[in-house]
Amino acid sequence: MTLTSFVALREGRPQLAAPGAPSAPTLTNVSRRSFLELLGLAGTFTLMAPLGAGAYEPYPTGGEAMPRGLVWDPKVFVSIAPDGTVTITAHRSEMGTGSRTSLPMVLADEMGADWAKVRIVQAPGDEPTYGNQDTDGSRSMRHHIQTMRVMGAAVRTMLEQAAAAAWGVPASQVEARVHVVVDKATGRQAGFGELAKAAMDLPVPPIKDLVLKPESAFRYIGKGNVPLYDMKAIVTGRAIYGSDVRKPGQLYAVVARPPVYGGKAKSWDAAAAKAVPGVVEVIEIPGTPEPAAFMPMGGVAVVAETTWAAIQGREKLNVQWEDGPNATYDSDAYRKEMSAVAAKPGKVVRNQGDVDAALAKAAKVVTAEYYQPHMAHASMETPHALAIVKDGRCECWAPAQSPYAVRTDIAKFLGLDVANVTVHVTLLGGGFGRKSKGDFALEAAYLSKAMGGAPVLLTWTREDDIRNSYYHTTSVERIEAGLDANGKVVAWRHRSVAPTILSTFDKAEYQFAIELGMGLVDNPFDIPNVRCENGPIKNHVRIGWFRSVSNIPRAWAVQSFVCELAHELGRDHKEFLLELLGPPRKIDPVAAGIEGELWNYGDPYSVYPIDTGRLRAVVELACEKAGWGRKMPPRTGLGLAVHRSFLTYVASVVEVAVAKDGTVTIPRIDTAVDCGFPANPERIRAQFEGAAVMGQTLCFHSAVTFKNGRAEQSNYHDYEMVRMTNFPRQVNVHIVPHPFSVPAAGVGEPGVPPIAPAIANAIFAATGKRIRDLPIDTSLLREA
Amino acid sequence: MAIKLIVNGREVAVDAPGEMPVLWALRDILNLTGTKYGCGIGACGACTIHLDGKAVLGCVVRLEEAAGKKITTIEGLDPDGNHPVQKAWAQLGVPQCGYCQAGQIMRAAALLAEKKNPTDAEIDEAMAGNICRCGCYQRIHAAVRLAATGV
Ligand code: FES
Ligand code: FES
Repeated sequence: MTLTSFVALREGRPQLAAPGAPSAPTLTNVSRRSFLELLGLAGTFTLMAPLGAGAYEPYPTGGEAMPRGLVWDPKVFVSIAPDGTVTITAHRSEMGTGSRTSLPMVLADEMGADWAKVRIVQAPGDEPTYGNQDTDGSRSMRHHIQTMRVMGAAVRTMLEQAAAAAWGVPASQVEARVHVVVDKATGRQAGFGELAKAAMDLPVPPIKDLVLKPESAFRYIGKGNVPLYDMKAIVTGRAIYGSDVRKPGQLYAVVARPPVYGGKAKSWDAAAAKAVPGVVEVIEIPGTPEPAAFMPMGGVAVVAETTWAAIQGREKLNVQWEDGPNATYDSDAYRKEMSAVAAKPGKVVRNQGDVDAALAKAAKVVTAEYYQPHMAHASMETPHALAIVKDGRCECWAPAQSPYAVRTDIAKFLGLDVANVTVHVTLLGGGFGRKSKGDFALEAAYLSKAMGGAPVLLTWTREDDIRNSYYHTTSVERIEAGLDANGKVVAWRHRSVAPTILSTFDKAEYQFAIELGMGLVDNPFDIPNVRCENGPIKNHVRIGWFRSVSNIPRAWAVQSFVCELAHELGRDHKEFLLELLGPPRKIDPVAAGIEGELWNYGDPYSVYPIDTGRLRAVVELACEKAGWGRKMPPRTGLGLAVHRSFLTYVASVVEVAVAKDGTVTIPRIDTAVDCGFPANPERIRAQFEGAAVMGQTLCFHSAVTFKNGRAEQSNYHDYEMVRMTNFPRQVNVHIVPHPFSVPAAGVGEPGVPPIAPAIANAIFAATGKRIRDLPIDTSLLREA
Repeated sequence: MAIKLIVNGREVAVDAPGEMPVLWALRDILNLTGTKYGCGIGACGACTIHLDGKAVLGCVVRLEEAAGKKITTIEGLDPDGNHPVQKAWAQLGVPQCGYCQAGQIMRAAALLAEKKNPTDAEIDEAMAGNICRCGCYQRIHAAVRLAATGV
């Protein structure tokens, strides 16, 4: 999920056409030529190996069009100490994907550095210096692998130039090896540390003069042999997350927030809270009128000497709330409302052929409706931030996915100059999209200011996290398929109804291009008549993005429905899916009838087209590895799903066993991943293993439901997670190999969407029960 | 009245109410932030520490219950990371975000102190109280096994 458009909206530079408006220029218009001009490249990189078929040439990504774009200057990211220590700046936030390790690893390898001598420092929120830092949308590797590699090559070249100058020999006579430069004629060597000063004083060579290593010389890139930089700190308890920042004299705070979105505190008992030992102060935080974007929702804060005292004090506040209009929010009623909207024609967002005529003529029409409730991210570390605000300055430490957005929002909220706000980025104990909204850091800053500049660490308790989240949307997806007499799908109508993320920023009842592009209008099936529609629905909570976003309900519906159709036709699910995907080809979004411009995850379609050949290939690979078609014992089964998201192609085959009491266990999952060039396969595997667990969790457990506008769940006892007793026993991740020239695509998110439908399809294979509502009610699976 | 604790081999006096959970005394008073808050209700295991060698939940055990007893936190398990469990964790690349891992490691260390070579089911049962939202269970399970057997 991208923040680009939201940041752009807030900065008054909309990058996406509003529904119905003419398309604004977007990334797809960044041609390869203009990209190369941007880089000052007349031709292309020189490669040590001759440029053959499939050789790497720089390709444009959406990175340049993100706010403050990409920075290619190695002097911003690299420094070398006289002792040879190479310090590389990580400018993306680390929330578990490993990007804080993997991006510097790319730079270090191309530069010739020895990983043992590399130190990583975390950049503060400073996009004018580092370029875009908004860590979401599965973009870190995809947008930055090229800058890292190029900067590594530039530093290596500068080291070689410095050595050649020192020795008075031509540059062609020297060569960087591991952490040294060697004179090929004499064999003499100089360490990177010795050369550092002279090298880093040289001008950075233009990109077109750089010579890249051949891929066969990679020592770390693509190898998966570099452990997490923070491994030792993590296993010894010394890693610092947002919750762990400690400053002299700091205070601890929690906030009582409105249980209903848009509500307001009417009255509270400050004296009772202050009577709790350790409580120092009770402070009202002003709310922000709906839509509140990333501003605090307001409430009453208790500031104390320990978090425990603050929590105790909050319990005594006895806040009376003015709920406002969202107090009517009721999940059961809302679901019915969504269904009713989905039963009627909505706004057409894709129209190819004539669906109405094709459905009217069809030999058979199959219709199904799929449901998914709200979910909360529930990262193990809840939102936390520490702030010190005094003398017109703010210094903040936060587990922020988008630290520069936090910085500018703090400045706006407190009326400070952006130059006087510093946001340090800690490790994130999980993010999943929640921590790309900086409301919690703003609360901390507000409280520190109110406390006269005392450092204040703000904690969201787990209850706060579940009850006041930026929820994943809830949705009804209704699909109708028309089949001809030969069992061929001739018509496909997909209606999506879900409160939109846009409603967090603006009054909006229709989804926008980003949501529509996540598995609705980008449907790749080879069907002549396709119409996608979106019906309106008003939000009643803050809607935000959650790992893989609208792809979750879309894959849930589409991939379940394909299995239903296969069953209806008595076909093998895999064979039928491949037939629907059609021959290997690149989808033409215009011919597909997509209204406006297809949102392609913010990246140019020419570089990252929808390629049905790659979809087919991951289906084949996952099925082959899983032994698709093998005979299964009673009440066990295999289920399949495939989905492209974040420009990555993923297919999963899940094996389930359904016990007599309905309990579902998952002995094995085989996931095939085509994410372009796999820069760090070891971390890619970890992401897809984790995505399998998160997919299983949302499939069986995740629902935040509302009554009288209030969330009915509050903590892990009623918002359960998959645990060690029921995790998928064996997740095999099969990565499609590619050279560097195949553009890197997303890794953090795309593993999630196929899991739930693959599980449901496996349950169907095991029991004959078709489940269309998430989370799955396993009591429906009991043996009669 | 200060409460005496023995934390990672060091005697400390904590001036806090007896009903305060040990978790908050460790984190907010002793600045030992390796032990994490995840739920505060005993449902996630992020706060797992050892009390007289047994794994307990720091958000559940009150200071008065820990008085005079030996507490080991992740910082005290082996500061160099050479405990077999820590080594197995590093070797198998278990952590993703890492936030839950202190609790996981302390739980696994307590299990192996009690049972040299637990069965798969015993590992599952012992670790069931520890949530990992990043979903590292496959590797956690394998790392417990590796720490137990060296393979
Ligand atoms: S914080 Fe103690 S079990 Fe969750
Ligand atoms: S590693 Fe992130 S919660 Fe376990």
